[in-house]
Amino acid sequence: MSNSLEIKDLNVSIGERQILKNFSLTVPKGEVHAIMGPNGTGKSTLAKALAGHEDYAVTSGSALLDGEEIIGQEPDAIARAGLFMAFQYPSEIPGVSIANFIRAALVARQPKGAPFDAKAYYAELYKKMDALKMDRKFTARSVNEGFSGGEKKRCEILQMMMLQPKYAIMDETDSGLDIDALRIVADGVNAMRGPDIGIVVITHYQRLLDYIVPDKVHVMYDGRIVHSGDKNLALELEAKGYDWVKKELAA
Amino acid sequence: MPTEILSPDTFAAQQNASPLAALKKAGWEQFQQLPVPQRTNERWRFSNLNHVKLEGFSLPPAPAKEIQQELLQRSALIEKVSGKIVFADGHLLGEVSLAPELHAQGVILETLSAAAEKHPALLEQYLLKSGTDLGGEKFLALHQAYLKTGYFLHVPKGVEISAPIAVYNWLAADGAAVFPHALVVAEENARVNVVDFYLSRDESAKGFAAAAADIHAAPGAGVFRKVVQNWNEQTQSYQIDNTHAENNSTVTTVSVNLGAKRARFENAIRLNGSGSNVRLYGLTVADQDQEFDQRTLQIHNAPDSYSDLLYKNALLDRARTIFSGLIRVAPGAQKTDAYQTNRNLLLSPDAEANSLPGLEIEANDVKCSHGATTGQLDTSELFYMQARGIPKETAYELLVFGFFEEIIEKVDNEELAGVLRTFVQEKFKRRSAKNLLG
Repeated sequence: MSNSLEIKDLNVSIGERQILKNFSLTVPKGEVHAIMGPNGTGKSTLAKALAGHEDYAVTSGSALLDGEEIIGQEPDAIARAGLFMAFQYPSEIPGVSIANFIRAALVARQPKGAPFDAKAYYAELYKKMDALKMDRKFTARSVNEGFSGGEKKRCEILQMMMLQPKYAIMDETDSGLDIDALRIVADGVNAMRGPDIGIVVITHYQRLLDYIVPDKVHVMYDGRIVHSGDKNLALELEAKGYDWVKKELAA
Repeated sequence: MPTEILSPDTFAAQQNASPLAALKKAGWEQFQQLPVPQRTNERWRFSNLNHVKLEGFSLPPAPAKEIQQELLQRSALIEKVSGKIVFADGHLLGEVSLAPELHAQGVILETLSAAAEKHPALLEQYLLKSGTDLGGEKFLALHQAYLKTGYFLHVPKGVEISAPIAVYNWLAADGAAVFPHALVVAEENARVNVVDFYLSRDESAKGFAAAAADIHAAPGAGVFRKVVQNWNEQTQSYQIDNTHAENNSTVTTVSVNLGAKRARFENAIRLNGSGSNVRLYGLTVADQDQEFDQRTLQIHNAPDSYSDLLYKNALLDRARTIFSGLIRVAPGAQKTDAYQTNRNLLLSPDAEANSLPGLEIEANDVKCSHGATTGQLDTSELFYMQARGIPKETAYELLVFGFFEEIIEKVDNEELAGVLRTFVQEKFKRRSAKNLLG
């Protein structure tokens, strides 16, 4: 299927330890999928492996982004192919301003040597910042340096809006956020939602899904998806807890 | 005519009836008596003394007319200035310029030789009074002996210089020795802004520079000095700076070190007045076989004084850096706030960064800290940038320039910051980013 992110039988190890075990999932454009699961089950590994992090060794399997294999590509090539990962813990980049950072990311998407329309860029950047209620002064600040948890997440959403990816993976974007920050993230995702993007929301808690209503919910356990359902699955999980999944699997 | 700087005949030949003659003679005599630095000298610890060579340098004649024209034209790195002086090979090129309104307010900007004639009392008060405790006394003595092409900037009470005075010091002839001097005096509540450039006409001429600076900030004065050292990599560079900060004065210095084969920089500040506030920033980019040797001293002689030092070094190839910094708090200098930070970014497995931070505290109610870090680029930062589509080489450059930016922005002058970014980029352009990544 060329209009989807199609992950098939993905096996991923960190060092000697296998984390993802024949993981498969297809996210069509236009849908929002939530992946839930207990800690240590491989949710973040999935995000990092898809983004091409060198510490995560893909031993077999594939991930097709609109038909294009991204496994084995460099992280920057994967990003330019259209995959965006919102980090659980975004890095601080001292000395690199947000404006220059996003600009470099956009320039990397242009044909080599093509002129960059700085005026249009700033107009767009300010528009998005206003929508996210970010002070315009942030453009001159170093990326994430000294930001609060909520500001970092807002900065992730800003980048996502500016880079217009085909698929986005939100890696526990809600962790450590208060309810206001949670709303900002959710509003950002909801604003991005549409027929041109597929979104995967990885979360440990159901509460984010009060604000982002997913089309599908998947339960992940021991490196693969063990349950899939609609948004009601999240409520069921919330009521029964993850032990329910573990018991069911053991049976 | 002998021209070797080590020859007594050379020294004698350049002596004249200047009021500086006695000072110069004393310098020459000290130079003769002082030993060359020895390996056992703690103040030269980690320095590669094989690189210290005084032989083979001379006092060249003034450059040919067309070279003078060329250098005058090139002495325009920043346009918005309130005064300018250009020296080449120890000779003044063209004329000293100073904004008429500053001249009208009594600001003095002269060559040292001219100032010695016109303002002997001021020179007697401020010129070369401090010596150095940091090990370079022989070089300072040689500087004193050949004192000529420095400048004297004197800002009277309450007068403010906002756009910088730009001073260009060029090395041009092969084997030239130069002895630039900066004498900057800001009287009470005056404000002064000055930038010194150390530059070479080409990449191949061998050169020797023994520079020195005397900076005086009177009560309430503000001094902002920037030094851009970008000699070619055939040059030996010595810089010995002394700063005196009186009551409630503010001194900020930014030193950018890019050039020379071997550069030693001794920077001593004396906080003599309570409420004085000194900030010292340094940025060094070392590549190939360059060695940068930095020795600093923050002396707190008065209570309620504040000093903060941040020296950042980036090392490539087989380059070496040495940072040796000492905070000294005199008895009675209570409520001192003094900080010292040295950050080294190792961009090559063969580079070597040495760090010797130190504290000597003789007062009991102070806040002092020192710290040194040496590390490589953060791989999680690189991944983060790549995950946004930025190619690894570009991400690497952005991170390295980000490391510099913290210091570059301290010059607080967009034109000058632009010049510095260009200099640093030129230095990086010599290699492909792929090589950098190893």
